[in-house]
Amino acid sequence: MALTHKATVMDEKAIKQALRRIAHEIIERNKGTEEVVLIGIRNRGVPLANRLKNYLSEIETPVVPLGILDITLYRDDLSQRQDQPEVHTTDVPFDLHKKHVVVVDDVLYTGRTTRAAMDALIDLGRPATIQLVVLVDRGHRELPIRADYVGKNVPTSRNEQVEVKVKEVDGTDQVDILENK
Amino acid sequence: MQTLRRKDILGLEEMSAEEITLILETARSMREIMQRKIKKVPTLRGRSVLNLFYEPSTRTKASFELAQKYMSADSVSVAGTSSSLVKGETLKDTVRNVEVMGIECVIMRHPASGSSHYLAHNVEASVINAGDGMHEHPTQGLLDMFTILDKKGRLEELKVAIVGDIRHSRVARSNLWGMQKMGAEVVVAGPPTLMPPDLTAFGVKAFPNVEEAVENADVVMALRLQKERQEGGLFPSLREYSELYGLTPQRISGAKEDVLIMHPGPMNRGVEISSELADGPRSIILEQVTSGVAVRMALLYLLLGGTKEE
Repeated sequence: MALTHKATVMDEKAIKQALRRIAHEIIERNKGTEEVVLIGIRNRGVPLANRLKNYLSEIETPVVPLGILDITLYRDDLSQRQDQPEVHTTDVPFDLHKKHVVVVDDVLYTGRTTRAAMDALIDLGRPATIQLVVLVDRGHRELPIRADYVGKNVPTSRNEQVEVKVKEVDGTDQVDILENK
Repeated sequence: MQTLRRKDILGLEEMSAEEITLILETARSMREIMQRKIKKVPTLRGRSVLNLFYEPSTRTKASFELAQKYMSADSVSVAGTSSSLVKGETLKDTVRNVEVMGIECVIMRHPASGSSHYLAHNVEASVINAGDGMHEHPTQGLLDMFTILDKKGRLEELKVAIVGDIRHSRVARSNLWGMQKMGAEVVVAGPPTLMPPDLTAFGVKAFPNVEEAVENADVVMALRLQKERQEGGLFPSLREYSELYGLTPQRISGAKEDVLIMHPGPMNRGVEISSELADGPRSIILEQVTSGVAVRMALLYLLLGGTKEE
């Protein structure tokens, strides 16, 4: 089976517009950014969260704190995977107690990463709310989880893959759908 | 490298620099968990570990047990004196019996060198050597390297002086193998009677006096003087040992200004190390203990957190 390019669903401009819109939605929903903190899920969620932080600071003060979450140790598929995922460091240098924690990830698919992220966050403190930002929601949930802020809904089939590229990691901003053939 | 492709952790002699790096990097993530209010991750839920200690231990045993709890593994601990060993059961039989109860990993400390190798070859469970006789104590070597790395940011080209009873020390052996693989220069000092006969095999320089060995050192590590060795006639008295080889601020004044002082514990204060040095600003002895838990969490994750490739 080889992966072939099927379509580009977001380009640099679309990603920028989506994140800017989400920044406004976060402010609207939380009535400012006073109690808001951002948490990027490794790996692609981190640069996306960082951009949201910048967009938020263009509109509101104070600057929103940004933490990094590694969910490896909370995965539910550890005992089923052949390749052991590398553990990276979680870096959340602030208290989550009573905060509105906005979790940022690139793609929402089965919901299992989000489930793991919620478990990890609750081990770090007791947030007032946990909200979820995803750049792409591709459907096919296996758990009762939904995103609060979605960059773009992209209907996909299970044998397709959604590939998010961000400048900070991949040198370019683009979301592609790849097809297994 | 993402995965540790081995069943057991028996010693650092057989481990590659790449493997050591993976363990130390994983341990960094684990230390972050120890700093949380809730020091627990669900990673090893449903995995079972046996701690089998045929020799006394406080630090290592507590450290392994906490690492298991922080990773959510289930564990049982058996001390040698209360086990069936005293009824004549062999080591192999003991562990095979526990294995059929569902144990997947055995942490063992044993007075016989090579015992953990023997066990590893005879059981399916992973074996982590927590000290075998005078052979190796790999998790201590790893935690020492982790602590140095944390303070200095590197191991390459650091000069490490290990002082004391090198001959009977499994800590020294693991550190000699491990640190040299990671690019450090290791020298040793101590009475000739407490030097191993085959020091050249380790590729390290030995000095008869401490002052020469610690000259320009980045790290000075004291080893515990095993008092029972005196009865064997290897040195005349504790007092004489302390006079000639005990670490004091004066004795190590030739070391670098930012030298790190280490000791694997338990310490004989006033014998191999003075309290002034052990409790002083350059001492990282308690940091070593903290690192121990993180390193052991990393090893448990790397050995148990995932499916074994067939």
